[in-house]
Amino acid sequence: MSDVPWLLLMIVVPAIGAAVVAALPPAREALARQLTLAVSVLVLLLAVGATASFDPAGARFQHVSSVDWIPEFGVSFALGVDGIALAMLLLTGLLVPVVIGASWRDTAPANASMRAFWAWLLLLESTLVGVFAATDVFLFYVFFEAMLVPMYFLIGSFGGPARRYAAVKFFLYSLLGGLVMLAAVIGLFVVSESELGRGTFAFDALRQLDIDPGVQKLLFAGFALAFAIKSPLVPFHTWLPDAGAEAPIAGSVLLVGVLDKVGTYGFLRYCLPLFPDASRDLAPWVLTLAVAGVLYAALLAVGQTDLKRLVSYTSIAHFGFIALGIFAATTEAATGAVVYMVNHGIATGLLFLVVGMVISRTGSRRVADARGLAETAPVLAGVFLVAGLASLALPGTGSFVGEFLVLLGAFPERPVFTVVATVGIVLAALYVLLLVQRTLHGPPPDDAAPTGGGATAVAVRARVRDLTRLETAVVAPLVALVVVLGVYPQPLIDLVTPAVEATLADLGGGTR
Amino acid sequence: MPPIQAPDLSYAALAPLLFVLGAAAAGVLVEAFVPRAARHRTQVALALVGMLGALVGTVLLAGTEEVTAAGALAVDGPALFLQGTIAALGALSVLLFSERALDPAGSAFVAAAAVPAGTVRDRELATSTRVQTEVYPLASFAVGGMMLFTAANDLLVMFVALEVLSLPLYLMAGLARRRRLLSQEAAVKYFLLGAFASAFFLYGLALVYGATGSIRLADIGAVAGRTGSEPLLLLGLGLLVVGLMFKAGVAPFHTWTPDVYQGAPTAVTAFMASATKVAAFGAVLRLLYVGFGGAADTWRPLVYTLAVLSMVVGAVLGLTQTDLKRMLAYSSIAHAGFLLTGVLGVDDSGLAATMFYLLAYGLTTLGAFGLLTLVRDGDGEASALSGWAGLAQRSPVVAALMTFFLLALAGLPLTSGFTGKFAVFRATIEAGAWPLAVVALVASAVAAFFYLRVVVLMYFAEPAPGGPTVGVPGLPTAVVLAVTAAATLLLGLLPGAVLDLARSAAVLVG
Repeated sequence: MSDVPWLLLMIVVPAIGAAVVAALPPAREALARQLTLAVSVLVLLLAVGATASFDPAGARFQHVSSVDWIPEFGVSFALGVDGIALAMLLLTGLLVPVVIGASWRDTAPANASMRAFWAWLLLLESTLVGVFAATDVFLFYVFFEAMLVPMYFLIGSFGGPARRYAAVKFFLYSLLGGLVMLAAVIGLFVVSESELGRGTFAFDALRQLDIDPGVQKLLFAGFALAFAIKSPLVPFHTWLPDAGAEAPIAGSVLLVGVLDKVGTYGFLRYCLPLFPDASRDLAPWVLTLAVAGVLYAALLAVGQTDLKRLVSYTSIAHFGFIALGIFAATTEAATGAVVYMVNHGIATGLLFLVVGMVISRTGSRRVADARGLAETAPVLAGVFLVAGLASLALPGTGSFVGEFLVLLGAFPERPVFTVVATVGIVLAALYVLLLVQRTLHGPPPDDAAPTGGGATAVAVRARVRDLTRLETAVVAPLVALVVVLGVYPQPLIDLVTPAVEATLADLGGGTR
Repeated sequence: MPPIQAPDLSYAALAPLLFVLGAAAAGVLVEAFVPRAARHRTQVALALVGMLGALVGTVLLAGTEEVTAAGALAVDGPALFLQGTIAALGALSVLLFSERALDPAGSAFVAAAAVPAGTVRDRELATSTRVQTEVYPLASFAVGGMMLFTAANDLLVMFVALEVLSLPLYLMAGLARRRRLLSQEAAVKYFLLGAFASAFFLYGLALVYGATGSIRLADIGAVAGRTGSEPLLLLGLGLLVVGLMFKAGVAPFHTWTPDVYQGAPTAVTAFMASATKVAAFGAVLRLLYVGFGGAADTWRPLVYTLAVLSMVVGAVLGLTQTDLKRMLAYSSIAHAGFLLTGVLGVDDSGLAATMFYLLAYGLTTLGAFGLLTLVRDGDGEASALSGWAGLAQRSPVVAALMTFFLLALAGLPLTSGFTGKFAVFRATIEAGAWPLAVVALVASAVAAFFYLRVVVLMYFAEPAPGGPTVGVPGLPTAVVLAVTAAATLLLGLLPGAVLDLARSAAVLVG
C-alpha cells in the first residue's frame, strides 16, 4: 500500500482533471461537472487511502518522495506528510466534493462559463494539496503563490457585485505577504548555504540549522507576515470580509475552510521549527494580535448586516483562537489548534453553505431579509442552527474539543492571553445567537414593513422552499462530521498528536 | 614611422558577429538590386539566416574564452550567452516584422518615413500597399551592434558598438504606418536623448583614459584596483554609467522609454524592449565587473541607488498608465531595477543570475508586445487599456496568453519571471544587500497591481461596444507567440538546464 504515490496522485489528478474540463467543448457542460465531481471524489478516496496507510506511531514524515527539480537552487520536488498535513488533506478532500455539489445547479454569469469554474476549482484543489504535502520550502512557496491564481479567478469571474475589487484586494494582500516571505525564503537558503556549504530547501535539513537569533527574527518576520495575512490575523484581515462576501459560495467555503488554514498551518509547520528562538521571543506579539483578533472580529461580527461578511468575521475570530493554541506551544494547545483547524473548516464551511442556500432563496445577503426562515423552511433552519452552534463551539460539536484543548493547554503557559480570549467565547455566543434569532425566527419580511432594498426579496420570499434532496446530500456529511468529531474526536487527536509533539520538540520545549 | 601592425583576428571566435553583419550588408545590396516583388521574401530570409546563423555560431563556440582583435574584443561565456540571446530575440523580432496578415495594408511599416505627418501624401501612405523592406537590414545592423556591445573589451569598441546599435533603432522607431506623428516624435526624441547619452559616454571615456592611460577594460581594472577612488576616474565612471543606463532604460535616465515605446511600431518596441535591454546590461556587466571589479566599493552605492530608484519609479508610475505600451514601458523600467539588484550580487552568482533574468525577461516581453499587435481597431493597434475590456470573451486564447505573460512579468511561480527574480534576489541577499531585496519585492507587489489591472479588465469587465477586434495572426506571429510562451513556461517549470548554462558561462575574461 505504501508504494502508491498518494500525494503525487492527489496533486496530478485534479490538475489533469482541470485541463480536461477546461478543454471540453461548450456543449458538454453536464459532462464537465460530472467529471469534476468524479475527480474530486477520487482525490478524497486517495486522501483516505493515504490516511489508512499512514502509521501515526511511525516516522514523522511518511509517503515521502523526492526528485531533484532545480539542482542549481538546491530545490527538489519533495513530498511527504505528517499527521497535521494529513488532517488538512482530508479536510481539503472532503470540502471540494461538497462545494461541487453545492454549486451543481449554478449558472455562470454572462462573461464566463461553468467549465472555467470547475476547472479553476480543480486547479485550486491541486495547489492546496501541494501546499500541505510539500516538504521543500521552495516547493511550498511555489504552491503558496500558485493557489492565488485559481482563487482570484473564482472570486473575480463568479463572485458578487463587488467581485473585481474583492479579487484584486485578495490577490494583492496575499502577493505582498508572499513576496516578503520570498525574501525570507531566499534568506533561509543563503543561511543554509553558509552553514552547510551547499544551499538546500529541504525542510528536514533546514530545521536542524542553528541560525543566529538576530537573523532568525528577520526571517521569522518574513514568514509570519505572509501567514498573518493568509490566516488572517488582525490587523491584516481586511481582505477577508470582502473576499469572503464576494466570492461564490464554493469559493467562500474553500477560502475560509482551507485556504486560510494554510496560514496557521504555515505558522505551525515552518515558523516554530525553523526559527525556534524567534518564535519564543516574538510569541507575545503574535499572541497579542491573536487575542485582539478574537475580541475585535467578534465585536464586528455582532454588528454586521451582511450574512457573508458576518460569517467571515466569525472566522477571523476563530483564527485568533487557533493562533493562540499554536503560539502557546504546549502539546495540548497545539493539538487543540490543529483539531480546531479541521473542525473550523467543517463548521464554518457548513455555515457558509447554509448561508448560501438562504441567500439563493431570499435573493439578498442582508440578515434582515432572511427573517422567519424557521417557519417556511424548517429543515434548512435546523441545519443553520447546527452550523451556528458548531461555530460557537457548543459542547458536543467538534469545535468545542478544539477550543477547549486550546484554552486548557494555553492557560498554564499564557494565563493572561487565555483569560482574555475566553471573553471571545461569550461574544461568539452573542453573534451566533443573534444571527439565529434574526434569521430563523420572527415574522417573515412580507408580514412586516418592507426593508430597504428587499423589494425583490419580498417577492421571492413567497417561493422559499426547504432543502432540496441535492442540498440535503451536500450538507448531510458535514452535519454528521460535526457531531461525530464532537462526540468521538479521539482518532483525529491520535493522528495529530505525534506530529505536534515532533513540531514542538524542534522548538526545544513545551513537552507538557 | 613604423608600419601599422594589423591586429590578429580570430575569425572563428568572431563568426557570429561576422555572420549577422554580413547578412546586414547583403541586405543593403538586396534593397538596391533585387526586384520589388521578391524583395520582402529575400530580406526576411536573409535576416533570419543571419541571426539564426549567429545563434548557431554562439552555440558552437560555447566554452570559448579568448581575447582577440588586439585585446579589443572578449569572446567569453557571458559574451556568447548574451550574443546567443540577442540573436534569438532578434530572429523572433524579425518574424514579428514580417507579419503581413494583420494590417490591412500588408505591413506595419510605412513606405516613406520622412513624409511630414498629416499631409495628403502621408494619408495616402497609410493605406498604400507599397511595402518597403529597409527595416530588415536595419534590424540586422542593430543586432550586430548589440552583439558587439556585449563582447566589447575596450571602451572605444564599446562606443562604436553603442552607435551601431543605436542609429538603426532611431530610424526604426519612426517607421510606424499609423499614428505617424507619435512615431516621428518617438524617433526624434530617442535620437536627441540618445545623442546626449552617447556624448556622456564619450566624455566619460575621455576622463577614464585620462586617469588610467588606457581604454582597455583590463588595464583600467588594474589601475582602478590600485588607485581606487581617484576623482577623475570616478567622474569618468559616473559618466560612462549614465550613458549605459540610458540605453538600459534605468531611472532617472528613463524618460524617453514610455514615449518611444508607445510611438514606435509595436514590433520594433518588442525588439527594443527585449534585445536592447540584453545588450545594454551585457555592457554594464562587462564595464563594472572587468573594468571596475577591483574598485567595486566605488560603484556599488551608485548602482544600489539607481536600482531602488528604477524599481520605485517603474512600479509607481506604471500604476497611472492608461496605455498598454506605456504600461509595459514602465514595467521595463522596474525590471531594469530588478536586473540591477542582480548586478549587485557577488561575483559569478550575480552574473549568472542577471544573464538568466535577461533571457527570461526578453522572451516574455517579446511575447507580450507580440500579443499587442493582434488587438486592433480602425486606427491600427488598440493599445489603450480601455479597449481591452472583456477581451476574454472575444478571444479567450489571446486573453489567456496575455494573462500568462503578465503573471510572468509579475514574477508568479511556475513562470520564467519567478525563476529569474529568485535568481537575482538570491544573488543580492548573498551579497548582504537584503534591504534592497525587500524593496525589490515590495516593488514587485506594487507592479503586480498594474499587471493585474489588465487581467481584471480582460476577464471581469464587460466588453465596450465598438471595441477593438482581435486579428488572426499569420504564421510568423503565431510562431513568435508559441516560442515565447513555451519558453516562459519552460524556464519556470524546468529551468535547471538553462541555469546551469548561465552558471557555467558566467566567467568574464578581460
